[in-house]
Amino acid sequence: MSAANPSIDDKNLRTGGLALLGALAMLGLGYAAVPLYDLFCRVTGFGGTTQIASEADANKAAQAGINREISIRFDASTARDVPWSFRPAQATDTVRIGQRDIASYIARNDDSVAITGTATFNVEPAQAGKYFHKIQCFCFTEQTLQPGQEVNMPVLYYVDPAILEDEFMADVEQITLSYTFHRAKEAVSTDS
Amino acid sequence: MATTAEGFDAPTAGHGGDHSHDHADHKPGFFARWFMSTNHKDIGTLYLIFAIIAGIVGGAISGIMRMELAEPGIQYLQFWAQFMGGTSDINTALHMWNVFITAHGLIMVFFMVMPAMIGGFGNWFVPLMIGAPDMAFPRMNNVSFWLTVAGFFSLLFSLFVPGGTGPGAGVGWTVYAPLSTTGSVGPAVDFAIFSLHLAGAGSILGATNFITTIFNMRAPGMTLHKMPLFVWSVLVTAFLLLLALPVLAAAITMLLTDRNFGTTFFDPAGGGDPVLYQHLFWFFGHPEVYIMILPGFGMISQIVATFSRKPVFGYLGMAYAMVAIGVVGFIVWAHHMYTVGLDVNTKMYFTAATMVIAVPTGVKIFSWIATMWGGSMEFKSPMVWAMGFIFLFTVGGVTGVVLANGGIDDNLHDTYYVVAHFHYVLSMGAVFSLFAGFYYWFPKMSGKMHSELLSHIHFWLFFVGVNVIFFPQHFLGMNGMPRRYPDYPEAFAFWNEISTYGYLIMAGSMLIFFANLAYAFTAGRKAGNNPWGEGATTLEWTLSSPPPFHQFETLPVIEDHHDYHDHMPRDERPATA
Repeated sequence: MSAANPSIDDKNLRTGGLALLGALAMLGLGYAAVPLYDLFCRVTGFGGTTQIASEADANKAAQAGINREISIRFDASTARDVPWSFRPAQATDTVRIGQRDIASYIARNDDSVAITGTATFNVEPAQAGKYFHKIQCFCFTEQTLQPGQEVNMPVLYYVDPAILEDEFMADVEQITLSYTFHRAKEAVSTDS
Repeated sequence: MATTAEGFDAPTAGHGGDHSHDHADHKPGFFARWFMSTNHKDIGTLYLIFAIIAGIVGGAISGIMRMELAEPGIQYLQFWAQFMGGTSDINTALHMWNVFITAHGLIMVFFMVMPAMIGGFGNWFVPLMIGAPDMAFPRMNNVSFWLTVAGFFSLLFSLFVPGGTGPGAGVGWTVYAPLSTTGSVGPAVDFAIFSLHLAGAGSILGATNFITTIFNMRAPGMTLHKMPLFVWSVLVTAFLLLLALPVLAAAITMLLTDRNFGTTFFDPAGGGDPVLYQHLFWFFGHPEVYIMILPGFGMISQIVATFSRKPVFGYLGMAYAMVAIGVVGFIVWAHHMYTVGLDVNTKMYFTAATMVIAVPTGVKIFSWIATMWGGSMEFKSPMVWAMGFIFLFTVGGVTGVVLANGGIDDNLHDTYYVVAHFHYVLSMGAVFSLFAGFYYWFPKMSGKMHSELLSHIHFWLFFVGVNVIFFPQHFLGMNGMPRRYPDYPEAFAFWNEISTYGYLIMAGSMLIFFANLAYAFTAGRKAGNNPWGEGATTLEWTLSSPPPFHQFETLPVIEDHHDYHDHMPRDERPATA
């Protein structure tokens, strides 16, 4: 086939090689999507991913002195293979925007062996994720419950005053904070 | 069977002695020719035969499904569960249903439409239309084909090994986690995933081959803007394959390691997210639907121009509309997952971006109609299929615009409305274009004429059949019948029964198709170089039918007087058959 032009084979190899490199790059991008998606959610609050705040951030938010309230609803569930009773201590709470508040969840291990669980979390509506800041949360670490043990699991949080400037939050009167306990496994990605 | 090459291909000119063959029509023996093939036309033929066989299997499975859905209740699934080697309890029977929808979807997408469009017609006609002697990497072409066959066998094998609740992989063609990970123990899902790996690898190699061939091996003077639109469509499709399939490969490899090696990419217990799988799948899956339809667009353009005896209207617009569809197709994926919990702004973006695709698609529909406008139209078999395509694809496009709306989709998601929509664009859009292309090029590929009468009967029966199957499914979906269930309340019985009758009409039309093939090979008239007359002006019509085993040993030259439409040599415009 290459009789007409002796360099056509080289040219083909170059083009074909570039094409395969492109495919390989997309394969890499497919894997890169795992940490990138995690990062994207944490930075933008996408999918209702809550934010982590320091004490200093919390103090700053409190100093804004906003005199508006918002209702928080608490939701709890467990994965099918986690035999825990897991429920919020209060169904709803009304907090002042910018002020820190503490909410409690109650978990009891109903099984006869110790179980280590890890909680996934998000808020609804999804666009509230970037305004919901947690200072401390039982979901930051794994929790081990002995057989029959019941514990109080606190979460310390505040709602960012910036929520008042977001037109897409203007009609939101209540934010639902939700947790689901899973059996802890070795993590692949670093967080969330 | 061997016909002397004519036109550009006259083997009389003395070439250098470096050719291992001295005659354009020297063929290897049977085994070497069909099992070790490096000839683009033979590989194209193999792909078409393979696609027809896979289509029969996939079509038979849809027959089983329509039979079960003909009336409320579970009638036949227990039988099929036992037939496939499972137990007869209700859960195994229901699992069997999931296995059927999975196999039907995967077979039709990966082993029928893609091999026929790209592997079959692409391999056959891209080199012929651009005046190339063969594909750029003939041996890699062979590897592509046999990887696809191996993938098909891996999928078939998965039907006979345990998949959790019963034999086979019951995960849907989307293979969503966690159903495909913790929800399906047993090796069936692994085999199904491996099948996608094999078919995907074959397609990536094929895409590389097409891109290289189209960029480097066009005949002298055949600029990109003089290429036939079918070649454009395959070029865009090859890029989509190249960029989309590796993402699927990554996603399903993560599924495999989640299943077997304890990773937690999609398992929240280990920090993963099952929604990420959906993002990755649909980042592949949406371009995939254009992969299945773009070569069809290309074929329809060739056919409408041929049988209107006019150059296609708005050639550049047609070519770049396909490019635009390909590009925008990569940034609309989340419209398949409106109900996973996207915030309203994300939905708004994906709604708007999705609707934008209606613009280049509208350009194409308009241009096909404008091509016909004022043309001297001839309603030969390829043309009626092409016109059926334009009409039915537009119907599917309209329901697509409805579903593009995030708000409306909250109601219609996973209902039969969606099933009706994607069968209008695929089992009518893609399949009508496949039959149009098949009737258009069958005389060229085989050297025999099919029966126009049988082709027209096939068309009308198929047209009525598929519409009776799928149009009522719009009503079922609007009334809230969910997809992926083998049973339904009495309220949905009427239109489901009608839909099953439609399947019988469609199946009957396929018998006519095969009768037509038998007729053509046994009693069909011999096809001349150009059986379609003066409207057919691309290079494949300058060759004999079937073309010689090796063509264009003297490359055809596209001169200044040639435009994007007419590639015929001025002095030897072939006589019409």
